[in-house]
Amino acid sequence: MAAGDSLITVRNLTREYHLGGGLVRALRGVSLQIGRGEFVAVMGPSGSGKSTFMNLVGCLDRPTAGDFHLDGADIAALDSDALAGIRGRKVGFVFQSFNLLARTSAIENVEVPLLYANVPAAERHARALKTLAAVGLGERGHHHPSQLSGGQQQRVAIARALVNDPVLLLADEPTGALDSRTGVEIMAIFQDMNRRGITVVLVTHEADIARYAERIISFRDGLVVADERVKNRLDAAVQLAALDAAGGTMESAA
Amino acid sequence: MNLMMTFAVALRALRVNALRSVLTMLGIIIGVAAVITTVAIGAGAQDRVSAQIANLGTNIITVFNGSTNQGGVQQGSGTQISLSLGDAAAINAEVPGVAAVAPTIRSTVQVVAGNLNWSAPTLGTSAGFFTARNWDVEQGRLFTEDEARRAGKVAVLGVTVAANLFPDGDAVGQYVRLARVPFEVIGILQKKGQNTFGQDQDDIAVIPIETAKTRVSGRLSRGRPDAVQQIMIKVDDGADMKQVEADLSELLRQRHRIQPNQPDDFVIRNLSELLATREASQRILSLLLLAVAAVSLVVGGIGIMNIMLVSVTERTREIGLRMAVGARRKDILVQFLVEAVTLSLIGGAIGIAIGLAASAIIAHFAGWPTLVKPDSLILSFVFAGAVGVFFGFYPARKAARLDPIVALRYE
Repeated sequence: MAAGDSLITVRNLTREYHLGGGLVRALRGVSLQIGRGEFVAVMGPSGSGKSTFMNLVGCLDRPTAGDFHLDGADIAALDSDALAGIRGRKVGFVFQSFNLLARTSAIENVEVPLLYANVPAAERHARALKTLAAVGLGERGHHHPSQLSGGQQQRVAIARALVNDPVLLLADEPTGALDSRTGVEIMAIFQDMNRRGITVVLVTHEADIARYAERIISFRDGLVVADERVKNRLDAAVQLAALDAAGGTMESAA
Repeated sequence: MNLMMTFAVALRALRVNALRSVLTMLGIIIGVAAVITTVAIGAGAQDRVSAQIANLGTNIITVFNGSTNQGGVQQGSGTQISLSLGDAAAINAEVPGVAAVAPTIRSTVQVVAGNLNWSAPTLGTSAGFFTARNWDVEQGRLFTEDEARRAGKVAVLGVTVAANLFPDGDAVGQYVRLARVPFEVIGILQKKGQNTFGQDQDDIAVIPIETAKTRVSGRLSRGRPDAVQQIMIKVDDGADMKQVEADLSELLRQRHRIQPNQPDDFVIRNLSELLATREASQRILSLLLLAVAAVSLVVGGIGIMNIMLVSVTERTREIGLRMAVGARRKDILVQFLVEAVTLSLIGGAIGIAIGLAASAIIAHFAGWPTLVKPDSLILSFVFAGAVGVFFGFYPARKAARLDPIVALRYE
């Protein structure tokens, strides 16, 4: 692919840290590119360096050595405030455990990134509602997380990740805490967002989930050991239709 | 994120844990309420003392009879009758800087008017008394020096006595009997109210000292027909009080023929000094109470710090998430700082309300005068805010320094 289409470019990315007196080499020189509009799954066993890679790509961490460009900007040189700004404007995070604020309504949860982007209250509210509608939660804006099912909570979290119109959606085991059908529903949302032009990077250890991506990057011992396009990519909408046709009456709990 | 939004977020966070927030504020509430109340009580007392000084005049010296020493046992002041009318006249004539001299004899007698009677403190004195006490009549007139010398049977009544004997208010020109001797009421004194010691100053009948001595009070001392209880001296404005007191002492020792190694047989008191002493002890008391209040505020601050540290730990994942969605370290610092300051300021506001209520209740039920000073309100509110900033800073910095990666995965 052409360099101009690249959203993420890392060269010789290295991350080392000290833990209990020993030196942990979490990433040992990773080079790769992820293009604009791609849907990439990152796989690997625990300790393979995939989480460290995620943290670096999400601008939560800085590399020990190597280059990292995100959306044309050199990230390795930025300080923590500038990184916070990049996270707020360009990256949306989705976590395995949702990380919603308790006793706070869905709308207010979705509004949190807009607070730090200094968006006025009326616009915050309108954008949060619109984004909640886009993930299929238009009527549940005033529910608190405790009143929502796991799948619905993850949808709120996805809406929160999308509300700032990021160029990159980073999902860390987003289906890990959900049943398989709800997991497919979440994948359907990701594929939908990806079709609208958002680059999705999904960390997972489930091979079934990785097949919804178009490219799988595998890590082991701090290095990339495989980088291949997905053959027989799954379409979440088709899978959901098949599940319904099979007589599965299991709906996501309301 | 601007400050208003941060404040709204802080209020939300505090509402989520409403009971805990209120309990945390308790230290500040008690501290501020204590400051407001003690300052109000102190200021009220000081205010009354100053009013008393202004009422009495700051330049009054009173000479009392001294105490006797019987077989080594010191008796009370006034047990040794040494002061006389002659002393009063001599002071008036010889001590420089004296504006008025009033020898006094005080006794309580039954005052009768028609079918009404009243037990009133009766003061026999000279016309100088009215000058010394800066006390004029409301109705009628004062007695003159001439009437005083000729033992005229005239009386000037305080408003309390007049009101009890002449409910219709037509006292002037009527006659009253003091110890069965008829006196013409020639004037009613201006109302003075209570003195510092809670006595009604208007419960008084003033008559010429010669009349009191011969007709009403009887002799104070066998063999001393001209003995008096006290001599009140008003010093000229601008005269040196200390010098006048020294001259007085010198003159009286001479007149009483006291040897240089003998103690005085009289006591000289300066009323404003007495009041100043009272004021000073009151100031020390309110300073002590203020210190207690300050300690309470500091303890309240430690309570806030404690709860904020708990809050930072509890909300570690929230902090991680806020950082992940774009919060800078400064945003997190300000958020927790604003939360701590909000706690302390709400506590301060509640404390001010309670302090005002407590001051009003104390004034109403205990009868102590209280005076709420606006600067004490502002000061305690600002101090409460400062406590919030001081004790909120460490937890807020701890929150801001969290590593977002660690915070997001905190269990």
